[in-house]
Amino acid sequence: MAVTGAALQALVRNPLADPYLLGLSGGAGVGAVLAIALRLGGPWAVPAAAFVGALVAIGLVYRLALVAGAGVDPRVLLLAGVVVSAFGGAILGAIFSLSSAAELRNSMMWLLGGFDAASWRVLGVFMAYATLPLAYLYYTNRPLDLLSLGEEPAQFLGTDVERLKRRLFVTASLLTAACVAVSGIIGFVGLVIPHAVRMVLGHTHRVLVPAAFLLGGTLLTVADVAARTAFAPRQLPVGVVTALVGVPAFALLLRRWAK
Amino acid sequence: MGEVILELAGVRYRYPGVDRDAVGGVTLHVREGELVGIVGPNGSGKTTLLRLLVGVLRASAGGVTVAGKPVGEWNRRELARIIGVVPQREEPVFPLTVEETVFLGRYPHMGALAAPRRADRAAVQSALERCDVVAFADRRISTLSGGEWQRVRVARALAQEPKVLILDEPTANLDIRHEMEVFELVSDLVHHDGIGGVVVTHHVNLAVRFVDKMLVINGGRVEAFGTPREVMTREVMERVFQWPVHIETIDGVPQFVPLKSTQTGSAENE
Repeated sequence: MAVTGAALQALVRNPLADPYLLGLSGGAGVGAVLAIALRLGGPWAVPAAAFVGALVAIGLVYRLALVAGAGVDPRVLLLAGVVVSAFGGAILGAIFSLSSAAELRNSMMWLLGGFDAASWRVLGVFMAYATLPLAYLYYTNRPLDLLSLGEEPAQFLGTDVERLKRRLFVTASLLTAACVAVSGIIGFVGLVIPHAVRMVLGHTHRVLVPAAFLLGGTLLTVADVAARTAFAPRQLPVGVVTALVGVPAFALLLRRWAK
Repeated sequence: MGEVILELAGVRYRYPGVDRDAVGGVTLHVREGELVGIVGPNGSGKTTLLRLLVGVLRASAGGVTVAGKPVGEWNRRELARIIGVVPQREEPVFPLTVEETVFLGRYPHMGALAAPRRADRAAVQSALERCDVVAFADRRISTLSGGEWQRVRVARALAQEPKVLILDEPTANLDIRHEMEVFELVSDLVHHDGIGGVVVTHHVNLAVRFVDKMLVINGGRVEAFGTPREVMTREVMERVFQWPVHIETIDGVPQFVPLKSTQTGSAENE
């Protein structure tokens, strides 16, 4: 999630972008829940459906943002993300209302984000979906630096921008889908982690991508421990913990960015 | 002067959904060691012409040749090793340091994961020195003044070790001193270091003092092409800019003074 956030920030040239705010997580959630509700079999179908959901979501967000003008205005893009997320939320609400009560509670808990389903097999599924995209984002760290400058400067410095953008859409969707399928929607990780890294280690993706990967994993482990122990024996969903930390962090970033 | 590095032959371009050519039949060449200015009023096709030169737009008719090959036969990475561009607008979102920014100019020369080689470091160092930005190489670009930022961007383009440098309105929003500094730097890079140069600018008076050739474009068509003396005539300037002017020679170069519209015909001597 953190790596995806870093890549999306370069793609849309907006330090406030992350898979959650741009609607990818929501799209992946709709895809995954739809697959579960329709009883499309097995652990492999859920991430696949989540991938389709995420890809549709980012496609929609990008198209919506383009409607407003020739270039993509970052503010419009975030707005489009909010709208698509709300739309996804409505679809989820409809699915929940139409399914039976027992399923509902399970899906709700899963969607709020958590590692309760963690097992070696789940990790295997995750790795199958995430390894290649992660490797690609590291491999493409220099074009990401250039893309952060803007599309035209990136072209002048040797990047095939259209191809890179297409690949980033797919990569970000795959990574988001892999995360959502195994751990539900855990918000703000993709926003806060890249920023923490940017503040300490700078903005070059050669460092940013691997550092976001490591820090994201570490902090989520900490958040998970906190979620399990803070109100023991009751448990909080991890997504609640990250949102409790992430929203104030987002407010701070928004203030700095607006200056 | 060296070899022809950029060549346009009868180039036309029309934006989709528009019934008029944005660029209509422009022929132009730029040699190594030669600085060419492109001037014209707003909406005359200057920026479109520049995009055609660097292969971002593909000509509807006519040919663009870069270093002896049609522009379409180079990929973007190869082009970035031949043409260094300083784009007009660029609003950095993530504050890299000056040195990191100049290093981006080496990317077209570097492998995806390869560490910087000695040649890369040397090119960055020499670009930093050449543009006189060494003193603040470690500063974040968000802290630079307009003039400093412009020099850093020229340094980045220089780090590409291009055969030709293209600048789009390099002195927009700069005060007189920084305008002169940027033009003197570019002129020196072209006339001393021997790369080709193209400057798109509104500042006709400034451009004619530094360029070897000047292209005056209006409505997508070439109004005049030649040395500053050949191009900078009252007749051409008044026709292109639709305003009465007076021509004066300073430093051996013609300069024009736009007259107040009430004074037409009775030019005062300054």
